[in-house]
Amino acid sequence: MKLTLKIWRQKNASDKGGFVTYPIDGISTDMSFLEMMDVLNEELAIKGQDPVHFDHDCREGICGMCSLYINGHPHGPQQTTTCQLHMRTFSDGETITIEPWRAKAFPVVKDLVVDRGSFDRIIQAGGYVNVNTGGVPDANEIPIPKRVADEAFDSATCIGCGACVAACKNASAMLFTSAKISQLAMLPQGQVERMSRAEKMVAQMDEEGFGACTNTGACEAECPKGISLTNIARMNREYFSASLKSENV
Amino acid sequence: MILDSKSPIGPLAEKWTKHKFNSKLVNPANKRKYEVIVVGTGLAGASAAASLAELGYKVKAFCFQDSPRRAHSIAAQGGINAAKNYQNDGDSVYRLFYDTIKGGDYRSRESNVYRLAEVSVNIIDQCVAQGVPFAREYGGLLANRSFGGAQVSRTFYARGQTGQQLLLGAYSALSRQVANGKVKLYPRTEMMDVVTIDGHARGIVTRNLITGAIETHAAHAVLLCTGGYGNVFFLSTNAMGSNVTAAWRAHKKGAYFANPCYTQIHPTCIPVSGDHQSKLTLMSESLRNDGRVWVPKTVELAQKLRKGEIKPRDIKDEDRDYYLERKYPSFGNLVPRDVASRNAKDVCDENRGVNETGQAVFLDFRDAINRDSEDAIRARYGNLFDMYQQITGENPYQTPMKIYPAVHYTMGGLWVDYNLSTTVPGLYSLGEANFSDHGANRLGASALMQGLADGYFVVPYTIGDYLAQIGPAPVDANHPEFAKAEKGVKDAIQKLLSINGTKTVDHFHKALGHIMWEYCGMARNAEGLTKAKGMIQELRKEFWRDVKVLGANEELNQTLEKASRVADFLELGELMVDDALNRSESCGGHFRLESQTPDGEALRDDENFAYAAAWEFMAENSPETLHKEPLVFENVKLTQRSYK
Repeated sequence: MKLTLKIWRQKNASDKGGFVTYPIDGISTDMSFLEMMDVLNEELAIKGQDPVHFDHDCREGICGMCSLYINGHPHGPQQTTTCQLHMRTFSDGETITIEPWRAKAFPVVKDLVVDRGSFDRIIQAGGYVNVNTGGVPDANEIPIPKRVADEAFDSATCIGCGACVAACKNASAMLFTSAKISQLAMLPQGQVERMSRAEKMVAQMDEEGFGACTNTGACEAECPKGISLTNIARMNREYFSASLKSENV
Repeated sequence: MILDSKSPIGPLAEKWTKHKFNSKLVNPANKRKYEVIVVGTGLAGASAAASLAELGYKVKAFCFQDSPRRAHSIAAQGGINAAKNYQNDGDSVYRLFYDTIKGGDYRSRESNVYRLAEVSVNIIDQCVAQGVPFAREYGGLLANRSFGGAQVSRTFYARGQTGQQLLLGAYSALSRQVANGKVKLYPRTEMMDVVTIDGHARGIVTRNLITGAIETHAAHAVLLCTGGYGNVFFLSTNAMGSNVTAAWRAHKKGAYFANPCYTQIHPTCIPVSGDHQSKLTLMSESLRNDGRVWVPKTVELAQKLRKGEIKPRDIKDEDRDYYLERKYPSFGNLVPRDVASRNAKDVCDENRGVNETGQAVFLDFRDAINRDSEDAIRARYGNLFDMYQQITGENPYQTPMKIYPAVHYTMGGLWVDYNLSTTVPGLYSLGEANFSDHGANRLGASALMQGLADGYFVVPYTIGDYLAQIGPAPVDANHPEFAKAEKGVKDAIQKLLSINGTKTVDHFHKALGHIMWEYCGMARNAEGLTKAKGMIQELRKEFWRDVKVLGANEELNQTLEKASRVADFLELGELMVDDALNRSESCGGHFRLESQTPDGEALRDDENFAYAAAWEFMAENSPETLHKEPLVFENVKLTQRSYK
């Protein structure tokens, strides 16, 4: 395949940045999108030009490190991660536009690499159960209905990649935050701190500069792990009930 | 130096309890005066950092990814073993211990493995309390499955994403301590060296991957939880960033490296499709429960397949060779990982491979679909079939899957004693980074167990004994050793940047991978290994003469990061070859062609090789010194594995 790549290049956080066009040839349809980027970077390196920087690690769709806004979609045209996107999805001669995630709370570090530390800080605000190692009950002491465990798993499957934020016109992190709040709100282990957790995590989300939710559903449509909008509804309910109970303020 | 495993004496079942009692404790009020560095935030690192912070120690945690949640533990699919015996099927701590020792082909330390089995039950309790959504039965209790040919159902799982859920649990515990101010987190920061003062580990040198700043951090103890070194083969199922740098630099500062030649090659991975390939993807080995492995009986048919002249379905049953069923009638397609991998290599070496490169065999679900219906197979393996189709573009319901073995896990690593201490006092190693618990072959669902056992339930006890002995006086961050180590790191980086040669870093990494795979892969012999040693030495020289590393240190520079890691792989590769040469027996994942039974199976030599080989670094480009830790088996009887 022969392609034209329009790639966002930005030297560092303070650089203004802009698109640079690269023609590329000899791409096999069996390559993954990131392997195509590897080929480009090898060519650039041999020519003595700075390779395009992008985040990636496991390349099997689970670590959440890869990003890339491809032809107007986070992780490209399919509902998968960029590392699992293959070149057979594109046609010969196509022009592909590649940008970083764009959101105030995800500042660009270099080229296509962004800083997603805000997600870590949202989890640090309360995305856990306050238990120390040791001294916990036997794992089978509290039965959990299979339906509840399965639903909690569906929320817990979020990989924290940030595609939901990139897809959202408001750059809202509601889908990410609600997935963790939902998981713990459904499980018996999460009940004790259920109210304060919702309040703290939402407050942190706002503080990081993520936008509000206007229910367009773009996040759900683009999420590579199929995290459902139901989580946002559940989070709103959790947050509302928490705000009615003064001891949790 | 005599290697002292510090295994407690006394009956196996009482060792750990006695050892914990005999270990010194740190006064609770003094704990905050101790600083501990944890490198790596996978299952071992995140669980250790969280647990130590909960105890009151001041912890710094480092990872090269942008968040601790991305560590490669996240990719583990199958499950985690624990001797809970919830299924009433005869499991016990002793049985898990026995299975793990035997599975490791009798090349691990009894006392460590028993402790692993003992604390396995606590891990499940801990994870459930954190909110890990394990699979459950309709009655609300935890579900188990049998995994990797085990006779009992002791594997806990969360669909095909067990590693992800366990890591997110440990990450949440770590995040909680970050919020409490007990852990300071350093993401996108790579460890470049260990600082030793008077023979004790007293800190590390790091590089900030965004700014390039080289910094030193002082501490009372350093924990390396930095995973395995499978990427020495270039192609593996490891994440792209997985590397040996932290462990290797520690090795060069005095930590012995044990059994580097023990690598696990997993039989069911998606084959290489071309030179552009950057990594390999594992397909859960549960597929072998229903899939039948075969290649054509004749080279002619295989050639026609490769040219696309015929389709797999055109080949009649009498022209197919179901070689595992033929050679191992009682285990068939379910033989252990090492046996399945080696046989796939053999049939491809006979030129009977089935894809364009000739490096693939079929895993065929036709008979299972005819027997149980397509819907039944979809219910069992739907997500794996989808993943396969996503990557290869072929529909495995209609045409057989193509699979080939790939490097998956490394059993070797930094030598540690019963306390998980390396040969450098104050320097500990946990999880896949150490060598201790899996012997020459790791069983399925045991890696997650070991990582979490080390981090949650072993090191929090054993480190106290050391810290209590050295006392809480602050470590002198101005000691000249810090400046010296920092300068060494800066010089090495400048050296890489100044070569300005003609070949890229990936060129060297791929070349090394080819050598390792060809001569130190699934089957090894003295001739090939000797040849490989020379080739690696040559390649290393060429690297330092002709590598092209662009850009500067003071920026995000992914080429420089990679170059620094590949430089270490180029040294490790030679040690792996030395270790494989020295061990002229076959055991577990290490198959020496010179040591096989008359029917071609691995032949151990317990008389001469029942030891862990621990290598001591002497000087750059010099042979390393071998130290042997004899493995003493007081509780199990050594037998030959047979799957006929």
